[in-house]
This record gives sequence, C-alpha cells and structure tokens, in this order.
Amino acid sequence: MLTESSTLTLTINGEERRVAFPTHHTLLEVLREECGLTGTKHGCELGECGTCTVLVDDKPVLSCLALAAEMEGRRIETVEGMQEANELDPLQRTFADLGAAQCGYCTPAILLTARALLDHNPDPTEAETRAALAGVLCRCTGYIKILQAVEGAAAIRRGEDWTPPDDVLYGDPPGTPTGPAAEDTANG
Amino acid sequence: MAEPVRTPDERPERETRLIGTPFRRVDGRAKVTGVTRFADDLSFPRMCHMRLVRSTMPHARIVKIDTREAAQVPGVLGFLTGKSMPNTFGILPVSEDEHALCPDKVRMVGDPVAAVAAVTEDAAFEAALKVRVEYEPLTTISSIEEALATPEPRIHDYSRAGGNIHKLASLEFGDVEGAFADADLLLEDFCYYEGNTHLAMEQHAAVALPEDVDRVTVYSSTQTPHYVHRALSKVLDIPASRIRVIACPNGGGFGGKSDPFNHEIVAAKMALHLGRPVKIVLTREEVFYCHRGRHPVQMWLKTGFKKDGTITGQHLKSALDGGAYGSYGVASTYYTGALQTVTYKLPHYRFDGVRTYTNKPPCGPKRGHGTPQPRFAWEIHLDKAAHALGIDPADLRIKNLEEPETVTANWLKVGTIGLGKCIEAVVEGSGWRERYGKLPEGRGLGLACGAYLCGAGLPIYWNHMPQSGVQLLLDRSGRVAVFCGETEIGQGSDSVLAAVVAEVLGVDLNDIRLCVGDTDLTPVDLGSYSSRVTLMMGNAAIEAAERAREMLASAVAEQLEIPKDRLVFAERRVFDTEDPERGVDFADACIAAEARFGTLGTVGSYTPPRSPGRFKGAGVGPSPTYSYSACVMEVEVDPATGLYRPIHVWIAHDIGRSINPVLVLGQVEGSVYMGLGEAMMEEQVFRRLPKRLSGALVHKMPSMLEYKSPTFHEMPPVTSYLIEDPDVRGPFGAKEVGQGPLLPVPPALANAIFDAVGVRIDQIPIQPHMILKALDAKRQGAEPRYGPTSFPELDFGELIKVATPAEGGDGRASDELQRKRQESKRATSGTMAERDEALKGKKDLTTR
Repeated sequence: MLTESSTLTLTINGEERRVAFPTHHTLLEVLREECGLTGTKHGCELGECGTCTVLVDDKPVLSCLALAAEMEGRRIETVEGMQEANELDPLQRTFADLGAAQCGYCTPAILLTARALLDHNPDPTEAETRAALAGVLCRCTGYIKILQAVEGAAAIRRGEDWTPPDDVLYGDPPGTPTGPAAEDTANG
Repeated sequence: MAEPVRTPDERPERETRLIGTPFRRVDGRAKVTGVTRFADDLSFPRMCHMRLVRSTMPHARIVKIDTREAAQVPGVLGFLTGKSMPNTFGILPVSEDEHALCPDKVRMVGDPVAAVAAVTEDAAFEAALKVRVEYEPLTTISSIEEALATPEPRIHDYSRAGGNIHKLASLEFGDVEGAFADADLLLEDFCYYEGNTHLAMEQHAAVALPEDVDRVTVYSSTQTPHYVHRALSKVLDIPASRIRVIACPNGGGFGGKSDPFNHEIVAAKMALHLGRPVKIVLTREEVFYCHRGRHPVQMWLKTGFKKDGTITGQHLKSALDGGAYGSYGVASTYYTGALQTVTYKLPHYRFDGVRTYTNKPPCGPKRGHGTPQPRFAWEIHLDKAAHALGIDPADLRIKNLEEPETVTANWLKVGTIGLGKCIEAVVEGSGWRERYGKLPEGRGLGLACGAYLCGAGLPIYWNHMPQSGVQLLLDRSGRVAVFCGETEIGQGSDSVLAAVVAEVLGVDLNDIRLCVGDTDLTPVDLGSYSSRVTLMMGNAAIEAAERAREMLASAVAEQLEIPKDRLVFAERRVFDTEDPERGVDFADACIAAEARFGTLGTVGSYTPPRSPGRFKGAGVGPSPTYSYSACVMEVEVDPATGLYRPIHVWIAHDIGRSINPVLVLGQVEGSVYMGLGEAMMEEQVFRRLPKRLSGALVHKMPSMLEYKSPTFHEMPPVTSYLIEDPDVRGPFGAKEVGQGPLLPVPPALANAIFDAVGVRIDQIPIQPHMILKALDAKRQGAEPRYGPTSFPELDFGELIKVATPAEGGDGRASDELQRKRQESKRATSGTMAERDEALKGKKDLTTR
C-alpha cells in the first residue's frame, strides 16, 4: 500500500492552506477529509455520476478523478465558497426558492457547474444549459426545477428583475393546450 | 393521557396564510451552501473505518474465514464474523431472515461474511481484500422459473409455502367467473416489468459511537430510524432504551433506505467491540447489492367488459422475483394486487400472487412499492380494451371511475377521488380530443392513470400505538421547538412539519426549530415510506399545535378579558378578530401561558382509521385516503431503428391540497422522471459468468455508468397540473405526492408507442429492439406485439373467498371452515388485522 505523503499549498475558495495528505488521495478525499469541506459529495468515486464536481481554474472537474497532488497553484472552488459573506449567490437563491435542491446531494456539483456555464455564457439557451449540466446525475428533480432555477439565476446575474413564473410555482392552469398541442393548435 | 383535540375530519376549515404558498423549504439554505450534514459528512475523535468482506459466491456454505494475512495490514484494529451476532433481523416480523454477517451460508454475491476495522479507510479496504473465505458452492437459483422448478436446495427454509417459494396469496372478491360469463369482451394479457433500483445519489453510510459498554449511538442514512432501532436492539441483544439512532438527512431514498441494513448493525457492534467511533461508507457497487428495489414481476391479467365499456371483473396473477431475502416482500406481493380496485369500479376481482427466492440482491420497496407493475399491466390492458370496444381510452376510464367515499370489492375504503379532473386536465392540455389517433405515423399520444396510498394503514409490526407523534416545546422567547421522528429524505418533510406548526400558531418558519429523526429525543414516527409522512405527521403536528394554541389562547383571553374563540393567531401575534389592534405578540402570549400553566409543552399523535377488511391479506392496501394521477405522453418513434423519444409529458395529480405547491411540483416532476427511467432504460439484471470464471450469478451492471438512467438530455418537458380537492383526512386537506405520479408514466409510454406505430410493447423497460421486432411481426401479419407469452404454472394454495360489500359481505373470508381454522392460529400468526381482531375477541371473553 502507498504510504507516501505530500504537503502542498492548496488555494481553495480564495484561501491558501498547507495540507498534508497521502499522495495517492484524490482531490475529493483531501477536500472532505483533510480540509473538512464536506460540501463536496460523492456518488460513485469512479467518475460516472458527476456528484463530486468542483471548479478548478473556473472549469468543472470531477474531484474523485483528480489527484490533490496536482492541484498546487490552481484555483479550487467548492460550494462553500459560492456565497458572498452571508448573501447567497443568485444560483443558490433560485435553487433554494424553487426546490431545485430536494435531497441536496447533487446540488453542490450542479451549482458549481452552472456557475461555470453562466460565467462564460450569461444567457444560455435551455439546450446549452442541459448540455453543460448533463454530466451530473440527479435522481430527485427530473432536472426541471434545476433548469428553471438556472434560467432565473442567469436573469438575476444579468441584472434583470426576475420572479418565478406562476406555472413554475403553482403548476399549469388546466384548460389550455400546451407544448406540442399548443403548436398544433397554432398551426391550425 | 390527553384526549385528541379533534379527529382530522372534525377540524374546522380555516383560512391559511402559509399553507398553500410556495415558501422556500426550511432546509433550502443549508442544502445550497453545503452545510447539510449527511451521514458520511460526520467525523468524531478517534473515529476508525470499517469495511465488509462480501461474498463472491451467489449461493454457498461458508467453510472457513481466515483473517491472518489481513491482520498483518498496518492499522488494522479488529474483525467480526457472523458468530458474534447470531440473532436474525428483517423489516417484517414474518421474514426476519437476515444476519448482520452471514454465519454459515451466503445467498447472493455481496452478502457480508466478515467485517474489518482499521485506522484509515485505505487500510480497511486493503485488509478486507486479504480476508480469505473458503466456500462450498450450492446450486444457484437465478429466476422465478428456476425457483419454482428447484425446490432444493432451499435458499431459506422457514417459508411455509415450501421449496424456494417465499409467499403465496390467493384472494377472490365476489364471483369472477360469473363476471366473465356476463362480459361481452374478455381480454387476456401477459406482461413483464423488469426489476430496477433506486440509485439514490448518496451511497449508504453509518457512523456508530459507543456511549458505554452496552450503550451505542448510530447515525445513518436511513428512511426508517425507528425500524433500525428495533433491529439493532434485537441483533445486539441490548435493550432499545440504550440504543440511539439518528437519521441523517438522506441523499435520496426512494425506498432504498427503508430496510434496516447489515452495515448499520455491524458498525454498532464494531464500535462496542473496539470502544471507539466506527464509520462505514458503502461503495456504489455495494449499494447495488443492498438494492431492495423494484421486483421483477411477471403478470397475467384477464378482464371482462360489457359492450359499453363497463368492467365486469378481473383476474390478475403476479409472480415476483424476490431475491435472496424477505425484506418487505410479503407486503410487496400483496401490493401487486391490492390497488387494482381503487381507480375504476371493479365489482369482482381475483388476485393470485407468488414471491420466489433467488440468489440475487433482495427486492423491496421502490417508489410505488409493488404497484407500478400491475398498474402498467392494467393501463395497457385498458388501452387495448378501448380499441377493441371502439371507445376513446379517456372515455373508457371516465366511464368506469371509482366512486369517492366508497368501499371497493377488496374492502379498501377510498376517500376523495380527483381522478376525473386529472384526466380532464391532461386531455385538454395535450389536445387529446383533436390529436389522439390522428398524429402522423411515428408520432403518438398515450394516456394512463394511477393511484397510491397516503400512508400504509397498518404499521410494519403489530401494535396499537400511533404511527406518528409530534411534541412541541414553547418558551418565553416565542421560539417553538418541534420534535418528531420523521426523516427528511429530500421530499420536504421538514418543511411540511414546520409549516403546519407555523400555520396553526401564526408564527414564521424562522421561529420554528426542528429536531427530527432521533430515537433518543423525538417521539416515534414510523419513517419516510408508503407516502405516509405528510398525512400522518401533518395530522399529529396539527394536534400538538392546536393543544399549544388552546393553552396560549386561554392565557391571552384571560389577560385581554375577551372570549377565547375571538382570538386569531397570525403574523406572530395573538389578537382579537373584532379589534385587531387589541392583542399581544406571540412571545408575550407564551409568557402569559408559561406564567399561567408552567413550562409549555404539548404532544400530538396520529393513528390511521381502522380498515373494514378482516381477511388474511387485508392488512396490505388500506390507507386513510388515496391520491390519483393521470398522464398523457407524446412520443416520436423511428420505425427504421426502433429508437424513440418522449416529446412531452402532461401530468395531473390529485393532491387534495398543496401544503407547498412548488415542492409538490418537484415531487410530481421527479416521479415522472423516475417513471420514465424505468420505462425507457433502467434495469437491474444479472448474468451467469462462464464456467471457467466460477459460473457465479453476478450483477450485470453494478455501476452508474452501466446502469443507465436519464440525464438532462433524456428528460422531456413536463406540464404539471395540481388538482386541488381537499380531503378532510389530510392535514389542511393534503394527500401524498411522492410516489403516485410515477405510476401512470410507464403505461402512458407504452400506449403512446402504440398510437405512434401500431405495436404493443407489453414489458418494461421498452427498448428499441422490442419495437423493431414487433414491427417485423406486424409486417409479417403476426400479432404486432413484443412481450411475454406465458405465465408460470403453479398452485397458489388455498383460495380465500371474500364477499364484496355489494354482495353484503362483512369483510371476512366467507368460507366458515377456513375462518375457524384461522381463528385457532390467530394467537401466533396471521395478519395484523387478524391478531388485532383476536385480541379484541379475547377482551370480549374476559369481560363476559
């Protein structure tokens, strides 16, 4: 068994810290165990589910497949670093308000991935959001409230006055054709 | 003891301020900031790590366990084997067939045979790999057919049904043959629903802390801390009063964390053995072995219809592949039959069910527990009947809708039924009337419905106690502390609990502190399963809060010198409804009440009403009320490849009343998603390794990469309708939503594929090759269908015949001889309802 250990300076959420850890440990393990940042979760530890996603130099990275030993000098961001003082990030706010976090277990990964998306694409189409987030699995939400929350947060980040539409909060009012039925009606 | 303030149906309808609004869930902030502490997020001083050594053989005797090499790994602290825990456990008292560590025999790949603890998780992993286990292989049983054909060796030897049959059930309500004779159309179908698993994102984890030589605390990702508590007491042989179980918020449950698990018990034993905290976190592969997911079920269904669509009767047979242990299996078996009657009028009904043991991970309750399989069969069957009779599938269902507030043929008391409105909503939303049967080739619409319990009417083990308890402590700060054994698994139960109390007392959610899921500190709630929490906990919380309100109102009325019934509790004040200026702050009301009554505390509890069924098997199916859902799905099918894509889903759910509509929508959407996953791709399947590689029966895909589940790309847009028709049995009129909306989704897909390309796929999941084969058959003039063509031949044992309410039955089995025979057995066996009955009988005798 490998018993070699490393001591490095890691930059996590803008804070530098000296961390000693077994050299073969992943970034996931070091964040959770050595740094006590348990906001980063894991669902498979094999790079399959996306639950452990963190940002490294602004890009989503599966922390279960990244070695902590390779992280010196890189900017690591976890969910714990998302809020400004006691204010939630717009993504955190809309996720909480719309119930886009149900069990909340995949939520940190999705929040960070969504932030990376909005940082370089402030007004993504729904298809772009789906593509950006597709590497993270969620079993609770059916992804719908997540897509709505990202859309809302994007609007807030762009400085728009966003309140959740009624159908997002209360469901659709019965009686009118929607989706393809509405299109067919419109096309006669 | 305190008398109930009012039973749920006696409570006055009250205007609400918080209930019904889309407030932010109370754990929302913690979940988006990474603050929520799941079981694996906990660590304690001197904590060590544990791994289980799991069987590599599907069925074998354990000859020898050698830990010598493993003990040499630096950091290893200790080992446990099955000898240290001879007592068995299991969620149902009738099938306590699990050992924390297998002492002599393994029944599946993944069965735990030994445990090792070490200072680091790495060392525990390495040592576990070095434990040598010698096995003597036994014949492996891989399927329902093999289980029926292979009575020996028995996987378990306790079942009275014999061989490798775990459970047999045979029930007839009314006269099904007579109903078939009256029918103008008789329809028969063979269907199959593959097994699938919960795949909660969080891997199960537990941390055990020794508190004294015979006192232990276990933190766990469990949906049912109370049942874990009982299992720990039994296996550790320690009084339950010395064991504390704390359910951490679950990173998803879906039924997969509702059994007590071996790893939780072994961690507690190891903590007591070593005298230090022990943590175990399962790997994803181990989670696939825990399973307890959807049973693979073979079905045969025959139904009689009159020309006008009236259903005359039905006979359903189901065969369940149970896996290696009992789990909830006896209940699951009955659930494959119980809820066929609550959606449409079914005057005569027969159900035959069998559950077999096989050498695979045990099946159990997954979202919808035992009911999605027969619901699939029923709803595709109705679609076929509609075509055969020339009636629109929506109209056929509307014509046969069950009457609200009636008792079904199988003695289930149904409450309000919003199904008609649900069908109307999805029919209008999808443009069904204009578009069904008229879309271009390759496009289709499918309709299906479903129903589910709002909590199982009976507890898992027989008792007369409440199923949910809530306690409040108020103090002079105006803070309301709420204690309840409920478990937050993501569904929002914490938010329901806080909102109900806040509503009754007129305070803010921020004035409420919750303490939940802790067997030391909270009153028992049976847990997050059977969609029971909102209704049962909600009613208990209302009772506790109303008692507190009474005390506060008395004190404030005295102080303000006005009648108590003029007081309003709202906006953190208690004031005169006729003169709102006249009143006190909520905190001052607490001060007045504390001065008047002493320290302020109240309790509330909820026990479901007694169900009218009195026959063996009547314990499964009853619920205080039922939720209903209807779904229309639109699909696009490529006839050249069989590939298909759901384009849009319209779903309507009869919620009674939303406690919080945005959270209700989340459950509806999540149910649609999970139903689609099952319908399109998810399957928990096994294969035999080649002889040269041991020939073992192994899980084909115990990883998230290979167990395909829908991603952001596969999820279609969903239009959701919440149908609000308050049911007096629910808190503020609320029904369940966590499970019901899954039920109509798989059959809606199958029905839509038929509308698109004219072929029937009578099994789940629906894969492209099935559509291609059915299209081939259609081209060759054969039956345009893919699915099973037979059902296993077997004797379902003694048929219990029960007269229906319409026939003037009394809810008991009609065979007098059989009834007497059952009575003689009642003291030790039978259903909870029967034992309940027997106990009453005894009381009657003694008082006479």
